[in-house]
Amino acid sequence: MIQADLNTVMPELILAVYSMVALMAAVYTTKDKAAPYVLWTTSGLFVILAVLIGTTGAGTTTAFGGAFVDDAFSRFAKVVILLSAAAILLLSQDYMTRNGLFRFEYPILVALSVVGMMMMVSAGDLMALYMGLELQSLSLYVVAALRRDSVKSTEAGLKYFVLGALSSGMLLYGCSLVYGYSGTTLFSGITEAASGGVGLGLLFGLVFVVAGMAFKVSAAPFHMWTPDVYEGSPTPITAFFATAPKVAALALFARVVHDAFGAAVSDWSQIVAFLAVVSMFLGSIAAIGQRDIKRLMAYSSISHMGFALMGLAAGTAGGVQAMLVYVSIYVVMNVGTFAFILSMEKDGQAVTDIDALQNYSKQQPGRALAVLILMFSLAGIPPMVGFFGKYYVLQAAVDGGLAWLAVAGVVASVIGAYYYLRIVYYMYFGEERDALDPGMAPVGWAMLMGCAAIMLLGVINLFGIEAPALAAAQALVN
Amino acid sequence: MLNSLLSIITFMPLLGAAILALFLRGDDEAAQRNAKWLALIATTATFIVSIFLYTGFDPANTGFQFVEEREWILGFQYKMGVDGISVLFVLLTTFLMPLVIASCWDVKHRVKDYMIAFLVLETLMIGVFCALDLILFYLFFEAGLIPMFLIIGIWGGANRIYASFKFFLYTLLGSVLMLVAMIGMYVDAGTTDIPTLLTHNFTSENFELLGIQIVGGMQTLMWIAFFASFAVKMPMWPVHTWLPDAHVQAPTAGSVVLAAILLKMGGYGFLRFSLPMFPVGSEVMGEFVLWLSAIAIIYTSLVALAQEDMKKLIAYSSVAHMGYVTMGIFAVNQQGIDGAIFQMISHGFISGALFLCVGVIYDRMHTREIDAYGGLVNRMPAYALIFMLFTMANVGLPGTSGFIGEFLVLMGVFQVNTWIAMLATTGVILSAAYALWLYRRVVMGDLIKESLKSISDMTTRERAIFAPLVVMTLLLGVYPALVTDMIGPSVAALISNYDSALLDSGVGTAVAGN
Repeated sequence: MIQADLNTVMPELILAVYSMVALMAAVYTTKDKAAPYVLWTTSGLFVILAVLIGTTGAGTTTAFGGAFVDDAFSRFAKVVILLSAAAILLLSQDYMTRNGLFRFEYPILVALSVVGMMMMVSAGDLMALYMGLELQSLSLYVVAALRRDSVKSTEAGLKYFVLGALSSGMLLYGCSLVYGYSGTTLFSGITEAASGGVGLGLLFGLVFVVAGMAFKVSAAPFHMWTPDVYEGSPTPITAFFATAPKVAALALFARVVHDAFGAAVSDWSQIVAFLAVVSMFLGSIAAIGQRDIKRLMAYSSISHMGFALMGLAAGTAGGVQAMLVYVSIYVVMNVGTFAFILSMEKDGQAVTDIDALQNYSKQQPGRALAVLILMFSLAGIPPMVGFFGKYYVLQAAVDGGLAWLAVAGVVASVIGAYYYLRIVYYMYFGEERDALDPGMAPVGWAMLMGCAAIMLLGVINLFGIEAPALAAAQALVN
Repeated sequence: MLNSLLSIITFMPLLGAAILALFLRGDDEAAQRNAKWLALIATTATFIVSIFLYTGFDPANTGFQFVEEREWILGFQYKMGVDGISVLFVLLTTFLMPLVIASCWDVKHRVKDYMIAFLVLETLMIGVFCALDLILFYLFFEAGLIPMFLIIGIWGGANRIYASFKFFLYTLLGSVLMLVAMIGMYVDAGTTDIPTLLTHNFTSENFELLGIQIVGGMQTLMWIAFFASFAVKMPMWPVHTWLPDAHVQAPTAGSVVLAAILLKMGGYGFLRFSLPMFPVGSEVMGEFVLWLSAIAIIYTSLVALAQEDMKKLIAYSSVAHMGYVTMGIFAVNQQGIDGAIFQMISHGFISGALFLCVGVIYDRMHTREIDAYGGLVNRMPAYALIFMLFTMANVGLPGTSGFIGEFLVLMGVFQVNTWIAMLATTGVILSAAYALWLYRRVVMGDLIKESLKSISDMTTRERAIFAPLVVMTLLLGVYPALVTDMIGPSVAALISNYDSALLDSGVGTAVAGN
């Protein structure tokens, strides 16, 4: 019995054991000198696990009495999380080394937070959900404050911690209400309790749980921490925040509302639609005034989360599929964009003001073109792949009877197009200025070019992501 | 080869752009020359291949020809094909692009990028006219904004940034609403295949939305969403304000492409989507479009009279001429639609040539102020002759292609609504007023301005660019059957489908009974 359970959680187990062993090994040997090796083994392990999960997993198995679910949905999310975490780790080495931040704890903390994320997406029980969420969050609080001597970084870490604790509190309160009114913490049990109609108590619980999770995906109006944390954290950490945890939180969101409250679609669909529309507009409008590219990406991610939630709001398998496709595309665009942001330096100092990009296309035509492709993709202009992500969620919304949400979404995307265009404008139409440093780490260059190429060439067949996303969605919604 | 002729025509310029981008290095004199020659060769080769389209096209067949079909993502198809309505736009594009490339021979700033932008743009423009899948169409339609945004923004005039943003965001807002309507169509019909959708009956039950009774129901709403996109693209009054800004700031070649080809996408969209797919919506809203067009013709003609900037004047004249196009389309009879398509083709040659005319003297004097010129005929006789020909064609003088289009449209509209036809006819007089006045102020009179004393006449290259345009304008003016024979059967089929769809839905009788 326990053997079968352990087999099901094998990838998480491997990663957790690895983290502890690596921690011990590094502490008792060369400490920070071991950091590069730890980083490369960690990302290597991420990739191996992603391949393993992606190729060998089949069907649906549960472990620990239903608290842990391994199905096509969780496997899809895990592959995206693992691959994006590996990409960000590799990207960060150069930056961390040059800024003297490269401690061996960093890859290990990332690995632990990835274990938490994998738990989250596989959760089949409110307790498992909370455990995964906290493991993830606690690791992230620490890495946000990695630059201990910087006020901004410390502030980011603290802010993230306080607001994260608040959201955890709300989530827990919601969980206790749900438990009180359904008598169980298992998702399957909650579904049973809700099948005869959702009572007021359960509905209250649902609202608090949704609010807690909205904090984690940084959907408006629970987004306040995002810009400050993005700005204050070291850039590679920001890149990490923008990718893997977002995927995990969205997947968790989908898991809870569909698995536990699948019988009450009409109840939560309105809440999610509200979150979506507010996030899209707030993200698009608030970004217009930003000059700091990291803050800008923070608002951009708020707006993108709004779009992803639009798919979820549809309440159908097609909607979940759209959300998964959207978030995968979003992750690739962000990895590419942050690879570029990491290379923005002047006289050896990192700059984040978009004004520094003036006339960049003259100095670095190749990289400027890649960023141009990524920006148009983020704005959702065809033929870039970002457009197909948007198309997918819009179609899911119209299909789910939420045509008004689709109309609101496209209007928000036009407003949002403005600030992506502004980056293109600085790079291509700007005036002559002092050049940014021409250097760029080879890994960063490869990621930037690779992501841009994916955005352009994906128009041919989207790299076949549809079928696995559909399988994942059908495993969740039935 | 004929099986994939359209794909070859569409992607040949893109191939040229890829070669330019990947294999051409450096920014010296030689590299610039190579870039220009390569672009010219690519566009000319595209034109030569597209001649097969003309010779192989069977006008009597009203269905789609040269159809290609391949599987694509998300259940869409990569489907291309042309019928009588679209084939001429493909030819217009391939015909004009080599001239456009030749016209920017003197550009010195980032030549390679400039050529790549135009080549990519050509691929996207041809794609718009060939696409037979909704999303494929949208992809080409919207992607065209990117190169045009860069062309205005990088190579434009002093106020180029404002103009490029306005151009991009204005047209984007129009087209995203169309996207939602397209998704609605897909959800309703279960396919994005345009030939299938042409025969699909979208529901036209009246219903209430926010307390307003919507006549024609779903069809009217979708029609409005498509209208939002095409009216901005066209552009129709009152959503035309991006066009004068974009034209004034765009470089000459950009203006030519914008006026001659990009504007035609709006008219093409009305003919491909609005009329055949939403006949009830068109019938409900048709009268409204006719009035808008009549206002556009008179209002923008008057605005054109007041302009100090040559390009702005021609831009407003374009808006007025596009008013005839929308008017002809929504008259929905053979003369009206024939005239509208004819007007679009002929306007492609004439407005393109007029912007090139402005470009010729702008290259010499670096100003577009009308007041800075006068008496050019004394130093530039060849220029004066060519400019006069196109001014006359713009006015609609019989013997030029401009006359045929306007006359057919007015004839078509007269049968539908005499008042609107009468108002629109005053536009002809007004267009004579602003066009001839412009000509008089720039070309006629004595050459008194000191700065103009040393201006030189057109070079052989410039004359060579204008020659094909002169030939086409005059040829279509005296032998319009060249165009009308190609489009006639397809237009007739469109109208008969439209009428029968109206009869089926019961709206036709209701409207006819009024």
